[in-house]
Amino acid sequence: MTTDMQDESEIFRGTTTGSTRLRDPRSVRGTPKTGMPAFVLGEELADIADHDPRIVVATADLASANRTNDFRDRHPDRFVNFSIAEKNMITAAAGMASTGLIPYVATFASFAAILGAEAIRTDCAYPMQKVRILGSHSGMSMGFYGSSHHALEDLGMLRCMADLTVVCATDANHLRAILRASVEHPNAMYIRLGRGRDPVVYDEVPKIEFGRALRLREGSDLTIITCGSQVRASLDAADTLAKQGISVRVVDMFTIDQMDTDEIRAAVEDTGAILTVEEHNITGGLGSAVAEELLDLPRIRSRKHGVPDKYVEVGPPAALYASYRLDAAGIVSVSQEFLNQA
Amino acid sequence: MSRTVREDTGNNVSFAVLEDRAKFIRTETVRLSRIAGAGHYSSTFSCAELLSVLYYDQMRIEPAEPGWPERDRFVMSKGHAAIGLYPVLADLGYFDPSELDTYTRLGSNYGDHPDMKKVKGLDFSSGSLGHGLSIGVGMALAARMTARDYRTYVLLGDGELSEGQIWEAANSAGHFGLQNLIAIVDRNGLSIDGHTEEIMSVEPLGDRFAAFGWDVQRIDGHDLPSIRTAFDKLARGGRGKPQVIIADTVKGRGVERMEMSLDWHVGNLVGEDYDDVMAELEKGLQPLMLAPLTLEPPTLEPRTLETEQ
Repeated sequence: MTTDMQDESEIFRGTTTGSTRLRDPRSVRGTPKTGMPAFVLGEELADIADHDPRIVVATADLASANRTNDFRDRHPDRFVNFSIAEKNMITAAAGMASTGLIPYVATFASFAAILGAEAIRTDCAYPMQKVRILGSHSGMSMGFYGSSHHALEDLGMLRCMADLTVVCATDANHLRAILRASVEHPNAMYIRLGRGRDPVVYDEVPKIEFGRALRLREGSDLTIITCGSQVRASLDAADTLAKQGISVRVVDMFTIDQMDTDEIRAAVEDTGAILTVEEHNITGGLGSAVAEELLDLPRIRSRKHGVPDKYVEVGPPAALYASYRLDAAGIVSVSQEFLNQA
Repeated sequence: MSRTVREDTGNNVSFAVLEDRAKFIRTETVRLSRIAGAGHYSSTFSCAELLSVLYYDQMRIEPAEPGWPERDRFVMSKGHAAIGLYPVLADLGYFDPSELDTYTRLGSNYGDHPDMKKVKGLDFSSGSLGHGLSIGVGMALAARMTARDYRTYVLLGDGELSEGQIWEAANSAGHFGLQNLIAIVDRNGLSIDGHTEEIMSVEPLGDRFAAFGWDVQRIDGHDLPSIRTAFDKLARGGRGKPQVIIADTVKGRGVERMEMSLDWHVGNLVGEDYDDVMAELEKGLQPLMLAPLTLEPPTLEPRTLETEQ
């Protein structure tokens, strides 16, 4: 997987050029497209819609970027492009949902969550409408497009909203699982997606339940609780730490709200140390949510790792991840510092 | 997508009944405001005739089955006038009118701004201005996607037309040709801080909607025959456009001291004032004692801020 590049095709063509379909056997830079979330979103929703007339998809002039055009090609009567009017899109989706449809509305996370926050709260969560907000290219995965296009505050802003389920998709198979499970979920949802070429964590579509974390690696010295883009990096970091004699448990806490408190309690009891790792502002996100749960649990050592509370530098995504120690090497060093401070 | 257009008109309810129900909306607003200790009198009085014609004559509804998929939808975008809608819903049988005695009390289903999870017959929650037309766009798109012929009515205040999202919604409705979407503007001329044309112009309102691809009618929003005629014209529209009825109204209409007054957006009538106002309302609408507002077309010159003079 090429991760150090970022070009027009990644952002605005769903990682490739043209309208190549998922079922095309070709790959993108050596990675099969079936393993790339960018190519899963529209096709998986179209598959679900083949058997469920309630499914509707909308976007805000980013059909090629988030590949909802794959859905449009298969279900043109149930696709709406609202152009660059995200508030209208989210609120209109709530109106659709009130009639029994299940709308999935997709745009960049910076606009879906941050610009759309009030529409999400007032029109989707509060009236309990089954709208699914899909925020792609979250965190700082838009790289050198800059802070206007980054979403490093979305989890903090949305997880304090009642009756809104907030989940992070880890990779292509995980996204498939989330989309399938989302259909019958009673609440409004915010589904946070990465840059679309996120590395593989799940070889098969995992069995999931919202609110139940996925423990991906056992360990006894430290639990890394993470989500989204940082799951693969944390697993790789755990491999490196194992070679140094440090046994690390890795948990994919993909549901940020409602959070799996049992899994946090297990980490407290079994490993005695917790490091949270997230591609989000260090304030308000996964780490803060875990810390809130820890207030009610026996005191253990814990640390939050994420993006500092400032607007990040310009740079390609891989360079930013390295710079902010949100790659495997960075997580190794943060873990070592944390454990050595005992 | 199929485009199903309905051509039926209203139920031909007599104007005497509609006038009586408009009076009922006003008196209930005064009664419920006293329970709360505060109420949005004047914004509700301005749309009393509109609500009366919509709910008692025009809308295809089935109160015994609030979730009926084929029902016409109504979105109270100016959610602060919900105090006038609750009595209508109760009167039509959606819920027991005695529930309204709990209005705004702790745990009540009925607050100042309406919650669809708690109010039977309410098609959507509202309160944050500028959202309702987008809700209506979604409902109208859903009608098209599911080949249903229900209409979606959205009651807008004129002050909330300053919200940008209204025009996102207006643009999309025109673009998608949502003929079964009907916006009604309660053009009562005042927002909280003053005359709309002083605070932020909304005129020329018909031209604005027309430019976004809407069919426009402009009527006297307190004149029952005019309102019914406007709704009847909707049925014969058939031009593939969303439709707006700009209803010129008087904020506070029906109580002389409230008419076009800035003091009664939210107020509380007690004691003799309460009795006097109830007696005044019982007499029905009297001739308007003030000259209608002159709606001057906006100047082509940029306005000068006072601080720049």
